[in-house]
Amino acid sequence: MIEVKDLYKSFNGKPVLKGISATFEKGKTNMIIGRSGSGKTVFLKSILGLIKPDRGIVSFDGRILDQLSLKEQRKLRMEMGVVFQGNALFDSFTIEENIKFPMRMFTNMSEAEMKKRVDEVLEQVELSGINNKYPAEISGGMQKRVGIARAIVLKPKYLFCDEPNSGLDPKTAILIDNLIHDLTVQYDTTTLVNTHDMNSIMEIGEKIILLKDGKKQWEGTKKDIFYTDNPDLNDFVFSSTLFRKIKEIVVKEGKIDF
Amino acid sequence: MLKEVFTRPQKPKIFWENYFREIEDLGIKSIGLVAFISFFIGGVVTIQTARNLSNPLIDKLYIGYATMKSIVLEFSPTFISIILAGIVGSYIASTIGTMRITEQIDALDVMGVNSKNYLVLPKVLATVTFYPLLIVISMFLGILGGWVAGNLTGMVLTEDYLRGIRYDFEPFDITYALIKTVVFAFFIATIPAYYGYYVKGGALEVGRAATQAVIWTSVTIIIFNYILTQLLLS
Repeated sequence: MIEVKDLYKSFNGKPVLKGISATFEKGKTNMIIGRSGSGKTVFLKSILGLIKPDRGIVSFDGRILDQLSLKEQRKLRMEMGVVFQGNALFDSFTIEENIKFPMRMFTNMSEAEMKKRVDEVLEQVELSGINNKYPAEISGGMQKRVGIARAIVLKPKYLFCDEPNSGLDPKTAILIDNLIHDLTVQYDTTTLVNTHDMNSIMEIGEKIILLKDGKKQWEGTKKDIFYTDNPDLNDFVFSSTLFRKIKEIVVKEGKIDF
Repeated sequence: MLKEVFTRPQKPKIFWENYFREIEDLGIKSIGLVAFISFFIGGVVTIQTARNLSNPLIDKLYIGYATMKSIVLEFSPTFISIILAGIVGSYIASTIGTMRITEQIDALDVMGVNSKNYLVLPKVLATVTFYPLLIVISMFLGILGGWVAGNLTGMVLTEDYLRGIRYDFEPFDITYALIKTVVFAFFIATIPAYYGYYVKGGALEVGRAATQAVIWTSVTIIIFNYILTQLLLS
């Protein structure tokens, strides 16, 4: 479980996060949604410790990252898997080397054990056999899946995904969404997904938090979305005609089954 | 930044792999250009010196002497370092800068890797240990280029040239040149790494960072060339 308390961050005197508190449960796909510029990425990077917040606490099952010793911090970081918006694969490494990297840095596994684990995770993301290709030689969707494979190779307790399906076609996007959800269930991870993709939210969102102007505006499940009268959420979610129509049907029929 | 760069590597095996890769990227791949430039500049220095020492009363050995002194004291350690600041400095700044803007450095940090140590220390060690060898190669080829040019033009005989390069030979000149090289090699790795590591923005900013890195590395080399010369030779 990840607990965030009163997270505050400003850049050059301009507040970007204004005291956000939230709890993200284990074994669930937690979605952080909001428009571009709402503070989602700063929020996620603050949780990850990539940005130092001005105020507030982030605790990982009771462990506060910046209060830990260097050794404990490293141990905690080994429990984190991160899928970056731009994949962040190392260009000069092959796919296999990319996935092996966390194992080589932090474990004493033999080459054979690492190779076996690489093949396992590549199979999980349905990319067996591309071990010797370079990131530039595969498509964006495949790169995203390799990013996921690298993130899960050490069987993380916490999985973070920043806009995991941005720029992907709908079918690949759904594949990525389902993969994240399946891995969350399989490894029992606390998963945080930053997104503004409504399809993703409806596909895998179990707990949803809406950010607007650096504040938490709403929190609930995907079913709650259809019955809330929160104007910010309605404005964000039902901005498209398709979703407005879906809402009308759901509200009229009085039930929803995802 | 330097404090985090100069810490013990997390995985020595990976550090040494990176070190040898940097030796190849930053050192071995520069040998061709350094050799080419050194050979021809050596030739040019000899021809220009010979033209200016046309007085028959002046011993021809001074042509070789002047070539050797120019190459060993200044051209190889300082000007080759400035050329390397352009080639290698822009390479370091742009590769690290690209890693920054594509979140590869964030990926290292979030995994718990000390990214400054992982990315910068092998480069610093590679330049500091390999560039003295590169500069010795440059000195040799510069002097060789002078001999070839002197012979081809007929401006200096081999015997005079060989007498010249051995005349008033000061072993400390080599030490002085290598001390300068090590200091400049440190700047060639660290200043561009700093510009690359802290770049913000996109491709344009990476390009600007590379340019700034080359400018400031060159300026620092020129200033420290003066300081070290005054400290070591005066």
